[in-house]
Formats: sequence, structure tokens, C-alpha cells
Amino acid sequence: MELNAKIPSGPLSEKWDTHRFQSKLVNPANRRKYKVIVVGTGLAGASASATLGELGYKVETFCISDSPRRAHSIAAQGGINAAKNYQNDGDSVERLFYDTIKGGDFRAREANVYRLAQVSGNIIDQCVAQGVPFAREYGGNLANRSFGGAQVSRTFYARGQTGQQLLLGAYSALSRQIKNGNVTMRPRKEMMELVVIDGRARGIITRDIITGEIQSHCADAVLLCTGGYGNAYFLSTNAMASNVTAAWRACKKGAGFANPSFVQIHPTCIPVHGTFQSKLTLMSESLRNDGRVWVPKDKDDQRPPSQIPEEDRDYYLENKYPSFGNLVPRDVASRNAKEQCDQGKGVGSTKLAVYLDFADAIKRDGEETIFRKYGNLFQMYEKIVDTDPMKDPMMIYPAVHYTMGGLWVDYNLMTTIPGLFALGECNFSDHGANRLGASALMQGLADGYFVISTSVGSYFGSETMAPADTTHEEFKTSEQNVADRISRLMRNSGDGPSGKVTVDEIHKELGRLLWDNCGMARNKEGLEHALSRLPDLKKEFWDNVYIPGTGSDLNQSLERAGRVADFLEFAEFMIRDALDRKESCGCHLREESQTEENEALRDDENYSYVSVWEYTGADNEPNLHKEPLVFENVTPSQRSYK
Amino acid sequence: MNTIDLTLKIWRQKDNDSLGNFETYTLRDITTDMSFLEMLDVLNENLTKEGKEPVAFDHDCREGICGMCGAVVDGVAHGPDKEVTLCQLHMRTFNTGDTLVIEPFRSRAFPIRKDLVVDRSAFDRVIQAGGYVSINTGGTIDGNAIPISSETAELSMDAAACIGCGACVASCPNGAAMLFTSAKISQLALLPQGQPERKKRAQAMVQQMDAEGFGHCTNEKECEMVCPKGISIRNIARLNREYMKGILMGE
Ligand SMILES: Cc1cc2nc3c(=O)[nH]c(=O)nc-3n(C[C@H](O)[C@H](O)[C@H](O)COP(=O)(O)OP(=O)(O)OC[C@H]3O[C@@H](n4cnc5c(N)ncnc54)[C@H](O)[C@@H]3O)c2cc1C
Ligand code: FES
Repeated sequence: MELNAKIPSGPLSEKWDTHRFQSKLVNPANRRKYKVIVVGTGLAGASASATLGELGYKVETFCISDSPRRAHSIAAQGGINAAKNYQNDGDSVERLFYDTIKGGDFRAREANVYRLAQVSGNIIDQCVAQGVPFAREYGGNLANRSFGGAQVSRTFYARGQTGQQLLLGAYSALSRQIKNGNVTMRPRKEMMELVVIDGRARGIITRDIITGEIQSHCADAVLLCTGGYGNAYFLSTNAMASNVTAAWRACKKGAGFANPSFVQIHPTCIPVHGTFQSKLTLMSESLRNDGRVWVPKDKDDQRPPSQIPEEDRDYYLENKYPSFGNLVPRDVASRNAKEQCDQGKGVGSTKLAVYLDFADAIKRDGEETIFRKYGNLFQMYEKIVDTDPMKDPMMIYPAVHYTMGGLWVDYNLMTTIPGLFALGECNFSDHGANRLGASALMQGLADGYFVISTSVGSYFGSETMAPADTTHEEFKTSEQNVADRISRLMRNSGDGPSGKVTVDEIHKELGRLLWDNCGMARNKEGLEHALSRLPDLKKEFWDNVYIPGTGSDLNQSLERAGRVADFLEFAEFMIRDALDRKESCGCHLREESQTEENEALRDDENYSYVSVWEYTGADNEPNLHKEPLVFENVTPSQRSYK
Repeated sequence: MNTIDLTLKIWRQKDNDSLGNFETYTLRDITTDMSFLEMLDVLNENLTKEGKEPVAFDHDCREGICGMCGAVVDGVAHGPDKEVTLCQLHMRTFNTGDTLVIEPFRSRAFPIRKDLVVDRSAFDRVIQAGGYVSINTGGTIDGNAIPISSETAELSMDAAACIGCGACVASCPNGAAMLFTSAKISQLALLPQGQPERKKRAQAMVQQMDAEGFGHCTNEKECEMVCPKGISIRNIARLNREYMKGILMGE
């Protein structure tokens, strides 16, 4: 597996311009001859489909839900970053670049991150022009809020529904291209396999979720915009259908998978409260603008929060990190919450929670202002927990939220399979070992609106491809493989459920294994234990899973089973990656590598690389390849938010 | 932890061409902290263990924003609680011994796919008819170039909050999609960016709405009552104004 990041030469600030100038173009009249498959309609997929459709390519777009508007991106709450410096508080492209690189604990590629910062402003302009109703100041200008890991206010938002509004903007642009006939939309189709012909990505195999029909689709390039794999842990803040299937299938066909162990655990989520729970709910990071995090100083303090006086409270983030306070990056906030709870100072019935308190903010700004800012989040919290954050502090605990790891891509967002691109959360590109808040929306839209058109044009312009269609043998074998796999999944179901396990039972077990051993803190022993448990769990699944119904109609148990089967295989990559990286960095805390103050201790000498894992067959260990990270413009330093 | 026992009467239907019927199930020891969908998860896990087919229902975000979930519970779309989706409805709303009748969102324009799962692609086609600003990527002016008062932005956001779940259609005696369509029309009509295509947009979207088989609005206001996002029927009045203006100005 060859890793050529194809980073353009020249000074950092000129790379993107130089690259665009040097990239090949496709004449407008010829674009209709090229077909592009886009899998996924989140921010990345919807924006890419719309933009490529506008340029005149023939686009065919797929998603799991009944409408492209329902992709997981819709749930993003807090906001989107851009280096507009509208607040005149010293922001710039350089600063957004630096904050993102530092926030990622110096494990991302400089050139990609710089480009992201450069196009960030265009994203806001684009969305405003689409009619996205961003929050405004009284004078009519766009409003901003602050997010973790930054000392400037650069986050644009639409109440607590920023993802919804940005996605509906991209969906509207996509809808216009569907109407114009440039994009064919295929909802409720799940990609089951990637088809590679002569070493190039040439299509996909899908299963129709309603009819069970297995179909081939051929194209000249394939874009995976299929989101993250946080649901490997069973409980996460991701939407229920979020999965690793598309990326994992691509990996098995030769795409390298980068940094699979880099999983962001978000500090402010509603704590787990029962075994029946199906997902965890995020409370946006924006709450840390005004909420103060604390625990009782005394671990045996049984008093309700309102009766614990100031002197008996430990505002541990403010005390430990005076310059960033409650707005430290996510990994730091999560780790500190865990540390407090490990010391027995956690609150609530499970003792696995800390307080997030708005009393001071309400005193300072008034109930109305605070409610206006966070009302919908407070209501969401109250629905679930049955207490009102305007009166009592919220209880929060970290939860799996986002995956920085993903398919390895070069500067063009192309994977190690020519013609296969990965966009949005599905790739690994910009966030290193920790993503800053409000940067995923930025990245998804940067990839889809502003980067991919150059890459796709350049790919088509510089390569000649043999014609192919779905009668090609590769499509036939891939279709057969998908059908065989479904029969194999259904195999145990003939003689009834007795003595069998359900899909969810196995998924929960996998989730616990990963959470306990490959979660917020990791060590050699735990990781090796998890690795040794995987084969049994896989065997238990394939030998014993019971799936009711048939493969030839709407069967939600079968859908979930297919995804869990892939999580079970992929988990090995996550664990091996965590084992290999003996340093701590960002989200990845190896207990063996900490500073005296329990902060992540990086080892730049030995681990300043992207880990790229190559699948080598079901019975073989994967191969590790390394893309060295070269820092020419920033000097990696021990991150400090004190 | 509080628990309740329930009887469920759930609509089961194989596909759009088959006849459906209610099946009755009993559930014990449901914790009141559960969401409605988690309660259905428990039912489905039980059915699976009995070798029966689970109840198909749509869902994804489980936090009230994707618009994927929805069913009629005891005659009310998304159930008895105000301004919540089915996934946000919690079992503490119910009492032990209750019988709940659970049906899909029914409408001529929403064919049933299986059990509680319906096809709402008609909504997508209404948006495709004109629910956008016709600009391409790139070449846009600075985001602050046109000031928009915060009141206008908030009003537009009120309308833009629609999640496209279809509860409005399911609750309307005429099966009208006016609340849905008017929300998009209002969002764009209120903003300067929506002005150039204003007249054409209302015409095109209303026409598509009719073509999909949605009914007409006779001011029943049921839609507003069940809308999980509190979308106001004032938007329908705005749609009507936009539509009339389009006709009068000859577009
Ligand atoms: C609760 C929550 C709040 C968040 N808030 C913020 C925030 O405030 N700011 C921020 O910057 N980020 C936020 N994030 C992160 C951000 O929302 C996501 O990283 C981002 O939206 C991912 O977008 P995407 O386009 O890459 O993928 P997604 O939106 O996940 O879309 C994936 C798409 O792929 C499709 N798909 C997947 N697999 C297949 C398959 N096999 N076949 C066919 N289709 C498939 C799905 O149907 C879907 O359409 C938040 C995340 C969560 C969970
Ligand atoms: S599941 Fe998304 S709104 Fe209910």
C-alpha cells in the first residue's frame, strides 16, 4: 500500500491556490459523460452531490433514510466555525488553522487543515445565500458564540439546530439538482459492497431496504460520505443507523483505514440511566459558554446541589485551567470528568455524572437571555431527565460522539483506491487526535462544496478509463457475495429463536468491551484483553444470532445485523491501533503515557505519524503503514490550556 | 424506579398491497424513564425471542430532529404530549393498565411500506418543486453584506424548524400538507435571499402539493396542535398571500 499524500509544494498559504491552478479540468460539455456515485446525504454528501450536479456531472446519490434530509448531520446542535473575524477579536485563517492543529494534538496534516481554514469563510457566505437563518445581532449582522479550544468567538449558529439548518440548506441545493435532472436520488438503499475494476473504484452494490432487492450501480468515481463509526460502542450520540459498513467494505477492497482508535468522547451528554437505553443524548458544547462545571469537594456529600454552598464545591475546570476554564477542549473536559468520578466525587444515582450549572449565568444575564440561548436544549434535557436546568444544575457525563479516524485520504480526498474518495466524518483528514467543537460541520461542507469538485475534475482530466457497466463480472461476483452474506446471516433463523442471541445483545456486549477497554483511558492489558475476546464474540454472533423475518422485504433486524457484523470485524482495527500507539495524544490516553498532572503525554519522536491499516484477509493480522507528519509551519508543543 | 404495565394495540401490515390489522400485545415492567421508542424496542426484543416478527417503525436520531419517527398514538400524531416527536415522548406520560392504540401516519400521499413505516417522499418532491434559492456553489457575497434584523431571522428560523415528519398531514381531516409547505415558503419569503423567486416558488410548490394528492386546507388547525416543532398556522396565511400575489402579478 503506497501512501502519497500529494501535498502541493510551496508556502502553506499558497498551496491550495497552486493546487487548483495545477489541477486538470474537465470541459463543461464533457462533464455529462462522467458519472459520479455519492453515498450519503449528510453535509458532506448533500453538498458534494449538489455541487457536482451544478457543474454538469451525472450524479447518483444514495442514502439509508427515506429522505436525504434526515441524515445524521441534522442532529448537530451547537454551530459551525469560520475565520471571519466579524467580532474583531483577533481571529484569522492562521489562527483557526493553528487552533485546529493544536486542538488535534499535532496529529493532523498541516496542508489539509490550512485549506479548511481558508475556505471556512466561503461556507458561511454560501449558507447565508441559500437562506440559512443564522442567528443575528440586533443590528442585523451575523452572531457568534465561543466553543472549546479557542479564545475567539468564531462559531456561527442557528439556535441549537445548526446542523439541521445547514443540512436543509445543502438538501435544498440537492433538491434543485434533482429537479434539474442532474442528480438521481436513491433513498432507502444501503451500500453493501464497493466494486473495484482494474484497480479503480467503479461502482457499488446496494440493498433496497424496502424490497430487499440487490442492485449494481456503475460509475466513473465513487464518493463515500457515510459518516462516522461511533455506534461500534452501541451507546453513542450518533443516529441509530450510523455505521461503518460502507467504509469497512471499502477497506476490505484495499482502502487504507487511518487512526481507527481516534474516537472523541464528548464531555457534555446526558448520563446513562438504564440497560434499556438505546442511545445517548448530547447537550451541546455551547452550554459551556455559560454553564459552570463542578462536583462536591467531599465525595460523601449527599446534599442536593442547591444546598451545597460555594465553599464546598469544586469548579475543577476553572481551578485547573484558569485561562480556558470551562472551555477547555473536549478530550480534556471528558478526562477530567472521569477523573472526578473515579475519585468518587460523581453525582446522581449512578455517581457517574458531574454538574453543569447555569445559576450564575441566570443571575448575571437574566432568565430570559439564558433561555433564549439554550431553551431548546433545556427542554430536551427536561423531557429525558424530568428536571429543569433553569432551576437545578444539569447532570452530564462523557459519551462517544465523533470519530476522527476514517478512511485515509490524500490532499485530494482520494483513498488508496483510485477513484474512491471519502468526505466528511468518513475520512480521517483534518482533526488529528481530537476534533474541536463546531469543526465537523465546517469540514463536511468544505469537502463537499469547495474541495471535491477540484479533485474529481482532476481525476477525470488526467486518467483515461476503460468503459465499464454493470454486466462486468466484478459486479456479478460482488452481487453474489452480498446475497451469500445475507443468506449466511439468516442461516440460524430457520429453527426458531431458542438458545439464540439477538443482534442487540451482541452489539451491547461489543459496546461494553470497547467502552471499558478502548474508551476514555486505555492500557496495554485492557486492550489485549479486548482483542482476545473478539474472536469469541464474532463466533457467537455468526453461530447464534437469530434474525426474524426474511431477507426479501423490510427487515430492520437484518439491517442492524449486517452493520453489527461489520463493527465486530472493524473493532479489531480500533484495538490494534490503540495498542500500537503507546503515546497519549488528544482523545487517545494511554495510561502508560501521562504527565505528572495526568495530561496526555505525546511522544513526537516515535509517534508523529498517521497510522494506516491495511486489511489482509479474515485470518491475517492487518498491516500497519505510516504516513509521517511533517510540521513546517507550527512547532508541536505540549498542549496547555492552563 | 417506577414501572408500568401496558396493553398495546398495534397496526400490522405487510406492505402497501396487503390488508392490515391490529394486533394486541402486553408489556410488563416498563420503566417510566424510557422513551416511547425504547418501549417499542423492548416489545421487539420480546417478539424476536418468541420467534415473531418485530414491529417495523422508522427512527434515527431519537432526539426529535430528523423527523424520521412518527406514529399515531390513541388518535394523536406523536402521542399525547405537547410539542414532542414520538422519540421524545416518555413513558412517564402513561399510567399502568393503559391500553395504547398505535397506528401509522395515514394519508393518501403517504403509502404504507410496513407496519408503522410510511413513504413520505411526496414531501421531497414538494421541496424539489421550488423550496430553495436557485444559486450555485461559489460566487456568493459576504455573509454580512445584507443585514437581516434579528426579529426577521428569528421568525424565519421559527418556520425553518420544521422537521418534515408528516404529523400535520396525518392529523388533517383533508390530508393537507399546508403546514409543511407553508413553513418552507415562509422561511424563504421572510429573508432577502428568498425574494427573487418568491412568486414562482409559491405557485410551483402548491401545484406539486396538489399533484401528490394532498388535500386542501379548510382551517381545521389540527396540524398546529400536533406539530412537534410548534410551527404556527400563521405560515399558512403567509403561503396564501404569496400564492395570490403570484397569481395577481401574473407568474
Ligand atoms: C448530537 C450531535 C451533535 C453534533 N453537533 C455538532 C456541532 O454543533 N458542530 C459540529 O461541527 N459538529 C457537530 N457534530 C458532528 C457532526 O454532526 C458530524 O460529524 C457530521 O454531521 C457528519 O456529517 P457527514 O456528512 O460526514 O455524515 P452523516 O451526516 O453521518 O451522513 C452519513 C450519510 O451516509 C448515509 N450512509 C451511511 N452508511 C451508508 C450505507 N452503507 N449505504 C448508504 N448510505 C449510507 C446515511 O444515510 C447518511 O445519509 C455533532 C454530532 C452529533 C452526534
Ligand atoms: S427519531 Fe429523529 S425525530 Fe424521532
